[in-house]
Amino acid sequence: MAGAPHVEGASIAALATGVAAKTWKARDLVEAYLDRIARLDKKLGCYLLVDGDGARKAADAVDRKIAASETVGPLAGVPIGLKDIFVTRGIETTAGSKILKGFIPPYESTVSARLSAAGAISLGKLNMDEFAMGSSNENSAYHPVHNPWDLERVPGGSSGGSAAAVAASLCAGSLGTDTGGSIRQPASLCGVVGIKPTYGRVSRYGVIAFASSLDHPGPFGRTVEDAAALLEVIAGHDPCDATSIPQGPGRYREASKAGLAGMRVGVPKEYFQTGMDAEVEAAVRAALDELARAGATLVPVSLPHTQYAIATYYLICTAEASSNLARYDGIRYGYRTAEAASLEELYVKTRGEGFGSEPKRRIVLGTYVLRAGYYEAYYGKALRARRLIADDFRAAFSQCDVLVTPTSPTAAFKLGERSADPLQMYLADIYTVAPPLAGVPALSQCCGFTRSGLPIGLQTIGPALGEEAILRVAGAYEARTDWHKRLPQDP
Amino acid sequence: MRSVRTGKNRKKSGRTTSKMPRIKPEEVREIAGLTRLGLVEAEIERMTHELDGILGYIETVRNLDTAEVEPMTHAVPFDCPMRPDEVGQSLTVDEALQNAPRRRDGYFEVPRIVPGTGEA
Amino acid sequence: MSKDKYEAVIGLEVHVQLATRTKIFSISSAAFGAEPNAHDDPVCMGLPGALPVLNRAAVESAVRLGLAVGSHIRPRCRFARKHYFYPDLPKGFQISQFDEPLCEGGAVTFRLDGELRQVQLTRIHMEDDAGKNIHDASGVSFVDYNRAGVPLCEIVSEPDIRSADEAAEYVRAIRTLVRYLGISDGNMEEGSLRCDANVSIRLRGATQLGTKAELKNINSFKHVRDAIEHEIARQSLLLDRGERVVQETRLWDPDRGLSASMRSKEQAHDYRYFPEPDLPPVAVDEAWIDRARRSLPELPEARFARYTTLGLSAQDASVLVAERAIGDYFDAAVAAAPAYPKKIANWLINEVLGRVTDPRQLAEESLAIPPAALAELVDLVEKGTLSGKLGKDVFARMWQEKRRAGDIVATESVSLVSDTTIIEEACKRVVERSPEEAARYRAGAAKVMGFFVGNVMKETGGKANPKVVNEILRKLLG
Repeated sequence: MAGAPHVEGASIAALATGVAAKTWKARDLVEAYLDRIARLDKKLGCYLLVDGDGARKAADAVDRKIAASETVGPLAGVPIGLKDIFVTRGIETTAGSKILKGFIPPYESTVSARLSAAGAISLGKLNMDEFAMGSSNENSAYHPVHNPWDLERVPGGSSGGSAAAVAASLCAGSLGTDTGGSIRQPASLCGVVGIKPTYGRVSRYGVIAFASSLDHPGPFGRTVEDAAALLEVIAGHDPCDATSIPQGPGRYREASKAGLAGMRVGVPKEYFQTGMDAEVEAAVRAALDELARAGATLVPVSLPHTQYAIATYYLICTAEASSNLARYDGIRYGYRTAEAASLEELYVKTRGEGFGSEPKRRIVLGTYVLRAGYYEAYYGKALRARRLIADDFRAAFSQCDVLVTPTSPTAAFKLGERSADPLQMYLADIYTVAPPLAGVPALSQCCGFTRSGLPIGLQTIGPALGEEAILRVAGAYEARTDWHKRLPQDP
Repeated sequence: MRSVRTGKNRKKSGRTTSKMPRIKPEEVREIAGLTRLGLVEAEIERMTHELDGILGYIETVRNLDTAEVEPMTHAVPFDCPMRPDEVGQSLTVDEALQNAPRRRDGYFEVPRIVPGTGEA
Repeated sequence: MSKDKYEAVIGLEVHVQLATRTKIFSISSAAFGAEPNAHDDPVCMGLPGALPVLNRAAVESAVRLGLAVGSHIRPRCRFARKHYFYPDLPKGFQISQFDEPLCEGGAVTFRLDGELRQVQLTRIHMEDDAGKNIHDASGVSFVDYNRAGVPLCEIVSEPDIRSADEAAEYVRAIRTLVRYLGISDGNMEEGSLRCDANVSIRLRGATQLGTKAELKNINSFKHVRDAIEHEIARQSLLLDRGERVVQETRLWDPDRGLSASMRSKEQAHDYRYFPEPDLPPVAVDEAWIDRARRSLPELPEARFARYTTLGLSAQDASVLVAERAIGDYFDAAVAAAPAYPKKIANWLINEVLGRVTDPRQLAEESLAIPPAALAELVDLVEKGTLSGKLGKDVFARMWQEKRRAGDIVATESVSLVSDTTIIEEACKRVVERSPEEAARYRAGAAKVMGFFVGNVMKETGGKANPKVVNEILRKLLG
């Protein structure tokens, strides 16, 4: 039996194999991660809740099964973290907001149940921007997350905790959600792999809603194969979600190792106009060269409506958010104002005190664009712009198999640097907002580091249901590079 | 993105804005009322200013010619699935009430509702 | 008089609660009467992360309703969110239909004072019901979400209705229809049928519509009539005084017989509708519509016409048509005894209906006298084997003992005695006993025959065939 497992930088693939081979016990893995969390998370702030007892119990159960030679799932013994947007039965779930403080769900999200059924072990709930609204995790009502590569910088958002925890080896893999980039952008800023699947590929049942037609649950992993392994477990039709696609999961791990011979990589010109950081541009162009050397054909393409993507995104997501957040009123669950002399006061004070400023901003904006008299000019217009954006992708994919772009125009920025101007924050979503609008899948992986040691992200976008294509390209790129092997220093 | 000077600052700086504000504090107040969101004055002011900037940017979609374009409400190509009319497992009364900030005798408790002031 | 000066223009919104087993978007039971919050689930409670999944049976019921009133069924319709804040609305919005409802157009046909009337419909759409608020004497209220999520069909009429009576008959016609279709109990007192009225008035002969007021809290047919009458009078008075009618919502107070304005903020009516992102568009194809159309029962008006053609009076036909089970029973009985539709109708209306608490019991297997059994009894009476009175006795025994008439008659010789010998002997005995009465009869007091017939019936234990008795007595008494 090996000694205490060294989990820093460990991949899910290695851990799962090790547990199945009895190289180490699931319990030992869990203890190793819990130890790292106890020592390091004070400086990072990744976790909102650590469920040590639950993790130990689950690990012991896995170990018992393995000892008895019973069948266990493909992720048996692998410790993972869940963005606090996934409803977990019996375990507090807050969506990063004060208005859900103390909320103990009586039911479980489909994706966390599938991970559990596959033998994965949840270490706890990961920090996030409140109601998934944000690109820096500074909008968490609890505390910010610090980027493991530079504690004074943001990890990205809204799944900041999920990305940072994987980067800092506080879990082997994690789940987040992506609505306008909330998996890919933090993956880029933290140097890990994040996947936003095709819309409907992964069930939204039990995912606290921000923007229903744009929310995509998805995995974070240290490697492309790891993220693929998680995706394989969580993907697939769910009768509890009426927007869930009928298809079962594909063979994603296989695809990540299949190589990219003969593939055409589209390079959309609108994603390479000014606005990108020079180091980011250099790293991304170098990555494109690498792909060409690997056998891909680079094809220039155009996505002509790119300039409208951010506006379209913020019109649709705020409208849907204003609606999805109407249920938070202190009556059935969550925060309730201490004194309400009337029903009106109950609503107004509970919501005024319970929501942070970003949700409030988006609720007001979303309500504005849905108002009678404004609907056609704003929301109605945005729905049509959305179709044009989706058509852009369809047209582009007739000329290539995937698109490759930067994920974020810059590397991680400093905490507090952008929080004063919300519009500044929104504009940085430029490369990530269009795929969710179209519903097409996209992945981010590390393609280099700035001189100051901050990760730079490369985004691969595929056609609807094209996860295999993306994984082939991303897997091939990773196989030829070493970025994914670099680890941040322990804080 | 440059911030837009509000009407309030106009006199002080001696400069005028190039366009009328897109959203005024009264409108923010009205919307806050519609959506039962308690905002203090400082929040209303700040939000008016921020939203004005955001709206200015967002309005660019209106330049798009979408006369022949159908709205895209869903990113999935299929029709609504339907399920059979079979009773499944409900929450127990305890489970349903377990998160209620105020409850009594199996009900959720709220401040007195004046009958007929709501909808439907 | 004010009443003739103005014409009332009334449109109704009727909500029909569908009697599906489960709620429209979740798997909890939709049954009435459970303990509070026993039928809650994450979806109907609006828990964070919950998602709606559409109940096929709710759509089926709505399609059948649309077909029954001749609506156009949209091949593809959409759900939309309708936003407002109220404790019984757990998500802060109702999932309803706005731009693209399931049904458009159609009409409800009914009779008012014997005349056929038709009210055009604007639309019928599906939506989820809210929970229930219960008010306390203290400063708090209580919320129960059992009803939240139960499927509703909202039937919106054109403003075709012209009087309170017509409105009440329109609602009654809808109630009858939904019960015929088996999609709802249509019970106003229990809340499975609800009605809001939009009422305006205008000078007779005018074509423009006046300002309308919306009336709510109408919980019975009587309320429909009273509330609308009151509103017409209220608006007439206002206009007579040169004042204006304000567009507002008014709550009917049945105890005080008047309505009160609901001081709702004008903002409250911006529902901010947008297409429901959690539910793709709903497709109802031709095959579904065909199947649904073929499954429709004979509807009340068609049935009424058929019964009057059979020779039934309008009054009798109305009774038979009031509930589907009554007409179904009637048809089955007539099928077994086709010669006597009117008689069967009489027996059904006067004897059978009185013995059940709910007409729908006529459809039950356990019914003491099924249609064929009634037909058999009527046949025996009409053929002379049983007198009317005897028939009623046999009926009572049939009901009590759940036996067939033929069985009772055969085993207990209950039939009318037509044997002339036996009757002749009884008649002779009675005539001999009553010489005074015989004399009076012969002297011209024809009414005295009744005395003799009565006595002969007593002698024969009520079993003598009255026709034969009469003949023989006449011969004997000369």
